[in-house]
Amino acid sequence: MPTLAPPPPETPEAPAAAATDGLAAVRARFPAESITPQQGLDQPTWIVEREILADLARQLRDDPATKFDLLLDVAGVDFPDREPRFDAVYHLCSLSRGARLRLKVPLAEDQPLPSLIPVWKAANWFERELYDMFGLQVSGHPNLRRLLCHEGFQGHALRKDYDPARRWILTEDKIYQPKFDLPQTADDLFERMIVNIGPSHPAMHGTFRLMAVLDGETIVASDVEIGYLHRCFEKMAETHNWQQVIPYTDRLNYCSSFINNVGYCRTVEKLLQVEVPPRAVWARTILSEFSRIMDHCVCNGSTLVDSGGLTNFWYMFQPREEIYGLLESCCGARLTVSYGRIGGLAQDLPPDFMERSRRLLEIIPPFIDDVEKLVDKNRIWIDRSVGVAAIAGDEAVNWGWTGPCLRASGVPYDVRRAHPYDLYDTVDWEVPVLYGGDVYDRYRIRMLEIRQSLSIIRQLLDRGMPEGPYITDDPHVALPPKEACYNQMEAMIYHFKLIMDGIQVPEGETYSMVEGANGELGFYAISDGSGRPYRLKCRPPCFPIFSTFSRLIDGGSVSDAIVSLGGLNIIAGELER
Amino acid sequence: MNIIGESWVTTKFENLEDWAQRNSFWPFPFGTACCAIEFMSTLSSHYDVARFGSEVVRFSPRQSDVLLVAGTINDKMAPVLKKIYDQMADPKWVISMGACACSGGFYRAYHVMQGIDEVIPVDVYVPGCPPTPEGLIYGILQLKEKVARDRKKLRARAKSIAAEGEPREVSDRADAGSATA
Repeated sequence: MPTLAPPPPETPEAPAAAATDGLAAVRARFPAESITPQQGLDQPTWIVEREILADLARQLRDDPATKFDLLLDVAGVDFPDREPRFDAVYHLCSLSRGARLRLKVPLAEDQPLPSLIPVWKAANWFERELYDMFGLQVSGHPNLRRLLCHEGFQGHALRKDYDPARRWILTEDKIYQPKFDLPQTADDLFERMIVNIGPSHPAMHGTFRLMAVLDGETIVASDVEIGYLHRCFEKMAETHNWQQVIPYTDRLNYCSSFINNVGYCRTVEKLLQVEVPPRAVWARTILSEFSRIMDHCVCNGSTLVDSGGLTNFWYMFQPREEIYGLLESCCGARLTVSYGRIGGLAQDLPPDFMERSRRLLEIIPPFIDDVEKLVDKNRIWIDRSVGVAAIAGDEAVNWGWTGPCLRASGVPYDVRRAHPYDLYDTVDWEVPVLYGGDVYDRYRIRMLEIRQSLSIIRQLLDRGMPEGPYITDDPHVALPPKEACYNQMEAMIYHFKLIMDGIQVPEGETYSMVEGANGELGFYAISDGSGRPYRLKCRPPCFPIFSTFSRLIDGGSVSDAIVSLGGLNIIAGELER
Repeated sequence: MNIIGESWVTTKFENLEDWAQRNSFWPFPFGTACCAIEFMSTLSSHYDVARFGSEVVRFSPRQSDVLLVAGTINDKMAPVLKKIYDQMADPKWVISMGACACSGGFYRAYHVMQGIDEVIPVDVYVPGCPPTPEGLIYGILQLKEKVARDRKKLRARAKSIAAEGEPREVSDRADAGSATA
């Protein structure tokens, strides 16, 4: 039986000088003209020639002085007027050193990018997305096909010359054909059968398609298809101004929409260099933790439903209803709140915020206790979950995992601890870590995190609500108060400018991350100063996790596959954006 | 029947059938996105849609009479939705839950269908992004009334066809009007 480990040691922070030395040493091994550092950005950035990319990636991962073991994100950027036209942007992270690095590879349309799958397995789906959205070729990729758009799609949607509303019809002859990596064995005792599960299947949560080759009850090989909820978040962001993107972020991970608001607003605030008032920071931290509790409740509830425990679903949904009440009193919406704003919050907290939150702290724990009593030592649940879909920590990192699923595999990486933001470094909490890496530990870790979240909220409530404004008073960022708009010429002009032109974000680019409910939620934003995002790439935490799904279920039985999907907490809105 | 004691109730069989159908929907939840979460809230203990006889969700189109489309449907999903609708047995009804299913919502984009009525007929549109559980329940109540009307029309039509003696294709979509919750 897996047990709770002692609190992990703090992530050792290497001195900044050593980090740059490591980078310099790696850089010295390549010709000087092939790597050009770009100065003045939020994190170290190298412009890299594509010929050396594969070698460089391997050295960055393996050199003990750099040790970039996690490939966070791959983003494409299109500059139609530039030669070469495209950029492939890689974001790397070193878990042990806490350092980050951005690699930019400029390339033209006909120049193939080397595949980085041998270095980081996480690159697989990211490269397919790059091909799908920008038409960039990747040499050495085993299955370079469209990922998000359907097979009947013509053109590449995120290129600047693609009309955002141009649609294509999917005809039956173009539907995705699975590709299996069948193991080469001679022991074919049974006839193999291919089953298709989903997308309209309750266990596939409505939007994923799993095709599995079965030998009896065992899955020999499988292929996963996604894209059934791709709704063009990134293209929509490019056609709206910076404030108008906030409602779209709600609908990424709709189980914890407020965290998405915070993640996006923090990115734009970083570009604008705006100070958020303490009252808003305090409220953001508390509501983010409540959102995390909601998300974990849905995840654990639906995992248990998938394995047959319907009662727990009702038990886990009631805390959600109660938290909806608090969010509704803050902003009027239950699920998709849009409560964050660039520079603060949409409106002030309700007068009874403290009482409501305190009441929630009393209501929620009994539900969690009930489910734990029902499930934790339940023979059926243990038999179905312990050892199922297990993955070791270093392998999970190579696949790009973050969040509770990674922490269930023994890697204590949490953005709130490794790169503290908001008030997380001022409260006393611990990062729960388990070592089983299976479905059971993924369930347990969420239960432990709910308790940590409750503890964070309690400490912040005890500290008292900070007085002051709920949004910054910078008139270029936040709307002036309504009264001032009616009575002061200046305020009216600011109001008009903000409504008509939107926030004018200066030219620049940044990557900013928060700990989403199932991992590192990052936004990579590029602004060209035109009042709209030039490029906004969301780093969805469940995207690399779900790309591992075939690896997790191959060799197990079909029923194991069903149970393991729930525990990964895959939210389609965020996965496919 | 001991519930009504010794008394008698007289009715026509078809009335009994109407009454049963409109008070006991078996919805097929075609949930894809955020609306599906609100649909789960509607199902769960707090809002308890069982009070309106619609809690028996069936994940097989063969066993359900109401298709509840909750969430964005994109061009990749459209053939799937159409196939599910075709597999349902007549008579059948469709509730379109949320702005995306009704009209594409604020996703006026290259991969999103601008309303499910591009591929299947819809009886009740429930607006909202996502609709509150109260909104969805109101939509279900609206559908209840529509089912009563539809069944009367269907019978009248079947009778007239029988009288004319010509076998024609009977469609339950004879009336084009649809209610909006």
